[in-house]
Amino acid sequence: MTINRRIFLGSTVAITTSLCAPAVLTAQGRPQVVVVGGGAGGATAARYIANDSQGAVDVTLIEPTRAYYTCFFSNLYLGGFRDYESLGHSYGTLAADYGINVVHDWAIAVDRDTKTVRLAGGGSVPYDRLVLSPGIDFIEDSVPGWSLAAQNAMPHAYKAGSQTQLLRAQIAAMPEGGTFAMVAPPNPYRCPPGPYERVSMVAHMLRETNPTARILIADPKESFSKQALFEDGWERHYPGMIQRIGPDFGGGSVEVDAQAMTLSIDGQVENVDVCNVIPAQRAGSIAFAAGITDGDWVPVSAYDMSSRADPEIYVLGDSAAQGAMPKSGFSANSQAKVAANAILAALTDARAFPARFSNTCWSLIDTDDGIKVGATYAASDEGIVSVDSFVSQLDETAELRAQTYRESIDWYTAITSDMFG
Amino acid sequence: MSARQILTGALALTALATPITALADVVRGEALFRPCRACHMIGEGAVHRVGPDLNGLVGRRIGSAAGYEYSDDLTEAGAEGEIWTDETLDRFLAGPRAYFPGTNMVFRGITASEDRAALIAYLSAEGGAPDGAAQTGGTDIDPEIATILEIEGDIAYGAYLSSECTACHRAAGGTDIPSIAGLAPSVFIAGLLSYRNGTRQHLVMNALAQRLGDEEIAALAAYFASAE
Repeated sequence: MTINRRIFLGSTVAITTSLCAPAVLTAQGRPQVVVVGGGAGGATAARYIANDSQGAVDVTLIEPTRAYYTCFFSNLYLGGFRDYESLGHSYGTLAADYGINVVHDWAIAVDRDTKTVRLAGGGSVPYDRLVLSPGIDFIEDSVPGWSLAAQNAMPHAYKAGSQTQLLRAQIAAMPEGGTFAMVAPPNPYRCPPGPYERVSMVAHMLRETNPTARILIADPKESFSKQALFEDGWERHYPGMIQRIGPDFGGGSVEVDAQAMTLSIDGQVENVDVCNVIPAQRAGSIAFAAGITDGDWVPVSAYDMSSRADPEIYVLGDSAAQGAMPKSGFSANSQAKVAANAILAALTDARAFPARFSNTCWSLIDTDDGIKVGATYAASDEGIVSVDSFVSQLDETAELRAQTYRESIDWYTAITSDMFG
Repeated sequence: MSARQILTGALALTALATPITALADVVRGEALFRPCRACHMIGEGAVHRVGPDLNGLVGRRIGSAAGYEYSDDLTEAGAEGEIWTDETLDRFLAGPRAYFPGTNMVFRGITASEDRAALIAYLSAEGGAPDGAAQTGGTDIDPEIATILEIEGDIAYGAYLSSECTACHRAAGGTDIPSIAGLAPSVFIAGLLSYRNGTRQHLVMNALAQRLGDEEIAALAAYFASAE
């Protein structure tokens, strides 16, 4: 029996030298897995399949960007707790040490009959199993007055990268006593970057640089995750700075004007200096192109993350309608391991093990004031269901909050090496 | 007179024979020891758990309690003849990983020197001298740990299960989330059991451990023991 020792062991990666040869040659005779999207779901799946199969499976990762900036911890960059570079990761190790064919291109279509993925650059890639982990796209017109054309005036900063840098620059350029507005998204939404952690980080930055500024949140949701913890933290750290307008007061009835820089809440027009619009979300467009969506998302089996419409396509992370898990990078990473095991069992003689999932989401409210929420999950016929859950408490000691934050930093280092090697 | 001076050479301290100042230290040290109880036992009936039985600690060779599987750092220090004295314990408790970078003890350390002195006074009074009367059953193993140690761990299953650990635990370890690669099975099992039964409190680890059966803990222990 071959034991697939993960890279965690620090042992060398068992990749045969033939992997260094051109892809056309190496693919011969080996089953092929194509992964679309190099984030927490896709990068993890690619790495685990390549590593655990020890070269027996040919893995291609299609990802348009050369440097991946994580959504998780991007709020900490807005708050000044991380530098931008620390959010960036390259695919160099996945290509060099794991023998993954990393293709920087857009996947634009999936032909499920011939089992090929078509690329914007003109090529196409055949697959035996396809993994789609494309994250989110925005639902057009979900915030009246806003479209992608307005994203420079009113950034979403919900795909990390230049949008995040833009938002930070706009916060820095706010006039004294100015207004930062956020149009919060309806459920379900990608998180991280959590809107309410973002508000905390913006408040932290403004308290240092522009203490008379105010933060206005228009929110279509009655309530949100960790709400009591955030509101307690805002009261302690940023008293009077943050105002949240929920649906009872028109928070769900907004309109923006990116030229005039106004936000209208239930007909009342506010002049704002920064407007962070986080629109309603749906599965990444390749999922629609593949024809496996139902409504805004892709229904999947909780047992292996395979699409209910096509069992040879696995869908991870934000795009999947899987049940109880939040749309977090941690969830995508957890789901990727279940899918990788199922794919290896289908294509090689690897053993299949039962699905199990977990998630933890850390948030920073202010310096050394970290909180977390999380759960363990299991598969059922109806979808992924929560087994047990936990959340930070209101009366925790300052030392525990500081420890929670330090722990999140360790987690960041660990999960990014779990993704990128 | 400081507690340190009182304790020097006084391995057979008992509460009755101890001056008032040192007794106060012992009492305070007992309170300071409370969080340590998540992993360590001391006094009558103590056995090895996540950490070694601490009876007879002061005065014995570092890394030398029979039946406990230490990290290489502590084993090597003991092999070189280093002894747990007031001074070495003080240094270790100030920052375990500053003293022994490879220690498996997940503890940041005690900043206040008077707290360390009080804790050492308690360890000395409660744990007695090496091989002394208070050292009871140091080689016994917790029966719950022994039960899982007897299960032959399925390493391939353990490798799969370990992917849940690697989202947070790195081989190199972090400042608060330790490395768990290469842990001796008895230590690894004791750790997960302490989270499963709640002796050690951590929101994430309690939730994760509570759904691990004995077979799964054995599989993980076998896998991580094979990891270097």
